[in-house]
Amino acid sequence: MSAEPAIRTRGLTRRFGNVVAVDGVDLEIPRQAIYGFLGPNGSGKSTTIRMLCGLLTPSAGEATVLGLEVPRDAERLRRKLGYMTQRFSLYEDLTVRENLAFLAEIYSLRASAARARIQVLLDEFHLRELGEQRAGTLSGGQRQRLALAGATLHEPELLFLDEPTSAVDPQSRRDFWETLYDLVERGSTILVSTHFMDEAERCHALAILDRGRVVASGAPERLMREIDAAVLEIETGVPRAARVVLERVAGVRSVAQLGARLRVLVDPALADPAALLAAALRDARVDARISLARASLEDVFVAATRTGAERAQTARAPLS
Amino acid sequence: MTRWRDSLLRIAAIARKELRHLRRDRLTGGMVAGVPLMMTLLFGYAINQDVRHLRAGVLDLSGTQSSRWLVADAQASQVIDVVVGARSVRELEELLTAGEISVGIAIPPDFESRRVRGERASAQLLVDGGDPVVLAAVRGLVSLPLPKRVSSRHAAVSAPAFELRAYYNPERRSPVHIVPALCGVILTLTLVLFTAVAIVRERERGNLELLITTPVQTPELMIGKIAPYVAIGYAQMTLILVLGRVLFDVPIAGSVASLYVGAGAFVAAALTLGLLISTVAQTQFQAFQMAFVSFLPQILLSGFMFPFDGMPAPARWLAEVLPLTHFLRIVRGIVLRGATLQDVSGEIRALLIFFSIAFALALLRFRKRLD
Repeated sequence: MSAEPAIRTRGLTRRFGNVVAVDGVDLEIPRQAIYGFLGPNGSGKSTTIRMLCGLLTPSAGEATVLGLEVPRDAERLRRKLGYMTQRFSLYEDLTVRENLAFLAEIYSLRASAARARIQVLLDEFHLRELGEQRAGTLSGGQRQRLALAGATLHEPELLFLDEPTSAVDPQSRRDFWETLYDLVERGSTILVSTHFMDEAERCHALAILDRGRVVASGAPERLMREIDAAVLEIETGVPRAARVVLERVAGVRSVAQLGARLRVLVDPALADPAALLAAALRDARVDARISLARASLEDVFVAATRTGAERAQTARAPLS
Repeated sequence: MTRWRDSLLRIAAIARKELRHLRRDRLTGGMVAGVPLMMTLLFGYAINQDVRHLRAGVLDLSGTQSSRWLVADAQASQVIDVVVGARSVRELEELLTAGEISVGIAIPPDFESRRVRGERASAQLLVDGGDPVVLAAVRGLVSLPLPKRVSSRHAAVSAPAFELRAYYNPERRSPVHIVPALCGVILTLTLVLFTAVAIVRERERGNLELLITTPVQTPELMIGKIAPYVAIGYAQMTLILVLGRVLFDVPIAGSVASLYVGAGAFVAAALTLGLLISTVAQTQFQAFQMAFVSFLPQILLSGFMFPFDGMPAPARWLAEVLPLTHFLRIVRGIVLRGATLQDVSGEIRALLIFFSIAFALALLRFRKRLD
């Protein structure tokens, strides 16, 4: 085991014309772990991954992947990297087995080794019965298993997964994550991008991206513990009315409705936020029960991202 | 050593994959055999430059036996069908103007005496000269010898002054000229199109994003992509030549082996042109458009449609750049005139130069990057 991180970037930046897709990203991603990129669409997750694979040239900054500099040494990295693209990128008119056999040939596996490896993958990813089926006819979950099988065929040290579960049902998603833990157990490092909170929570560590910047990073538990906001939960019979009241209170950062409850993020500098909110609601003659809550990853996300805060804004816009 | 072996194996993997796509894509697969079949039949039968059965009107002011024989002989040549009779030259001209007829035969009242005296012209042909092909066909009619029955009875009379007999193709069979050239046209049409979409398709379907993160090198990808189509090009050419032989009796004067050597250079050049298009185009539709645009000058300037020598110099310079021009010289030379490889070596060299430049450009254009 080397102490050197799997990926290290300094000021990694990518511009497309006037748009800055990735803006000075510093990362240190440890080996043998699952590292997550959490962020909304357009936050720069895919662009960062593509730069780390050597598919895009950074506009500025540097990146070292497995001790090699990208994009300069990208060709030497190829055999050590596995990449599962956001969009299914295997051949839909080839069968499952043909797709894997093609990749085996591309990665120069000997015929006998390739046969054995493909058999192992078909078993491991529950694709055995689907071997002779065309990839285009597979379901979302099956395709995703095939794509992961393809990405791991050459047993890469580092695996990039770009929103791997966006077209997959919850059961397949759980199975998928079990497979990822198995791979890490065997020594792989995995970088996965997602916009699902529950998925992000399964990562060993993660970076929250917003508009091309890393706005928070660390282990999920630590991020939740050290959230830069107080979280309160309010139970009330009139959540919509309560929400209008709360949004006017100074120090309230966001209000989100979860069924009959409201989840409120408040400036942590306030001495007694619960009392403050209670007073405001009492003045407005809104009956409510207030309690302090433990921060969820979604709270961290909302507190950390401008996009998240704005989403809360647009969500309440129809009210007024 | 192993590096070369791995490289060859990767090329083989890509070529095999490409063949699988082709086998499963009914439309493209159908084009491989369908286009040569359809085009050979179309050009061989329908698009025929021996014009026949032109609608004709007759004005016979002499009304003699020999004038009727003349009309009957003209009709027997199948170039014209007499569909209407006219009573005056004016009426004949009106029919021509109205487009009712393409040819008017005007026989003057003194036809008999003119004929006997052997004067310059016994009768007149009025032709709609708008279409040069029609004009050429009717010109053939002019050189029709005087009816034998007439000449035999008037042995003293020499044949009319139009003894031009400038028949270029004695039997006037277009297929002999067209089928060999058709090999080049069909190969250009199908092969450029196949490879033009080859890389764009992978880009559009997202396959390329995966492929370029693998150890595949750009030249391997390019060679693997075009290799199957070399075989397909040969198969198409063989099909066309066999069809030409069986259906239109087109003989091959030179050696078939030489022809296949020359065709190899041409196929490589056409495929690389497609490949180059594929690295420039962003979508399959764009690739299709570009392939089409590259197709038109090749058809028009290569000497397939119009005689090369008749074109102005700048058009000829441009034509020298096009692969089809050189291949037409090779294929017509070998098939029609029995030329040897030595005779066409200059053309083969030109094709190889085109191939090298286009391949180098394609390599330069294609990056294993997305930006």
